[in-house]
Amino acid sequence: MSERSHLSKRLIPCLDVRNGRLTKGIRFKGNVDIGDPVETARRYYEEGADEIVFYDITASCEARGIFLDVVERVASNIFIPFSVGGGISSVEDMRAVLLAGAEKVSVNSAAVKDPYLISRGADAFGSQAVVVGMDVKSVPVSAACPSGYEVVIHGGRIPMGLDAIAWSRRCEKLGAGELCVNSIDADGTRDGYELRLTRMICDAVTIPVIASGGAGAPEHLVDAVTKGGASAALVASIVHYGQYSIADLKACMEKAGVPVRKV
Amino acid sequence: MLAILDYKAGNQTSVLRALRALDVPAEITADPSALLAAEGVIFPGVGAAGQAMHQLLSTGMDKVLRDIVAMRKPLLGICLGCQILLEHSEENDTDALGILPGTCWRFDPEWRDGDDPIRIPHMGWNTLTIRRSSELLEGIDPDSRFYFVHSYYTMPASELVIATSCYGREFTAVYGRPGLWAVQFHPEKSGRPGLRLLTNFYRFCREGARV
Repeated sequence: MSERSHLSKRLIPCLDVRNGRLTKGIRFKGNVDIGDPVETARRYYEEGADEIVFYDITASCEARGIFLDVVERVASNIFIPFSVGGGISSVEDMRAVLLAGAEKVSVNSAAVKDPYLISRGADAFGSQAVVVGMDVKSVPVSAACPSGYEVVIHGGRIPMGLDAIAWSRRCEKLGAGELCVNSIDADGTRDGYELRLTRMICDAVTIPVIASGGAGAPEHLVDAVTKGGASAALVASIVHYGQYSIADLKACMEKAGVPVRKV
Repeated sequence: MLAILDYKAGNQTSVLRALRALDVPAEITADPSALLAAEGVIFPGVGAAGQAMHQLLSTGMDKVLRDIVAMRKPLLGICLGCQILLEHSEENDTDALGILPGTCWRFDPEWRDGDDPIRIPHMGWNTLTIRRSSELLEGIDPDSRFYFVHSYYTMPASELVIATSCYGREFTAVYGRPGLWAVQFHPEKSGRPGLRLLTNFYRFCREGARV
């Protein structure tokens, strides 16, 4: 065993943006408007968020301009890394959000349909700028899905017959700098992250993994980065509705022995 | 006025946004006369060493950087900019600028962080161990964390090391001498302590300009 670094586990609030406003859906249904993304991002930055993720969940052409404007305003107000996802399907889309001020782009459905999008993005902007978001659903073990976890796209509506573990390894080979693993089964339940899935992906790749979907209590975050092995935990409703502040969650993580950054 | 060197390999706009929030006058420029007239120069960079050196050589910016250093104008290299100030990088087996003595190496995937193998890139918030006091780190809580994202680390001449961090093993996080500094992390993305570091750099530039 070598000396343990002080690299902290990251706590990453995720903001879903629709037409320039913040929303959070429960199991991808029934989204409700809960505020201004720039103000919210600034508040989370002040409270000690380590990074912020924005998903443009409309991603229609007309909403795209509004969203890029949000990204630019966010970039002028927070001085921590942030990533942007939703509707990114080309190197040009990636360039637009990176120029607007994001550090990283997150690709999801488009990468499943066109895996070389990952390598084109990594070649153009570096691996550190390319996060692959994976929506994953538990399925019966089969020859096509030996892990019992399948990649789904379009917010969980379309199963792809693609094994999540095999896909995670492929993403790494293609040049992804990080994976964000979202459990469709756990998302919005607040019952905790899918730890078995998180651990399997973390063991399959050597790049950092972000656990996503299911946070409802501070101990869930502790589990994600200890039992699950994740480098970071994504949170949404647990902080958006004021149940816990970022600082509350970090205090609980620290108490449990998890290295966290304090502000 | 600070100049941010534009050589199409970087996070120049992030640095500019951070300086604007600090009310530090700054511009992104590839114009040699603007760079040489500035009170100080920031040399950012994201991406691969080979490509970045190619950009610098093909635009003549390598020579401008050498002139800036020869004039003793303050220079701050960030991330890739920090790495290619040295003589050589293992990344793309690149001959780098050689402005300061040292080399740059890839993190070894065999190294371990406690019980676990390290994940590459080294991505996230890590602490510093201060080896030598520096104007650049003035007023910054020694327990502060800074945001790193890199797969290669620098090994400058030991007398240049100002602060180290640890990932698999100890590596250099800040090196240089007064007025010629390099930081491996991203101060523009490291929250309050990072902004303080940029303020310190600007203050040093202003004091130098008055002398």
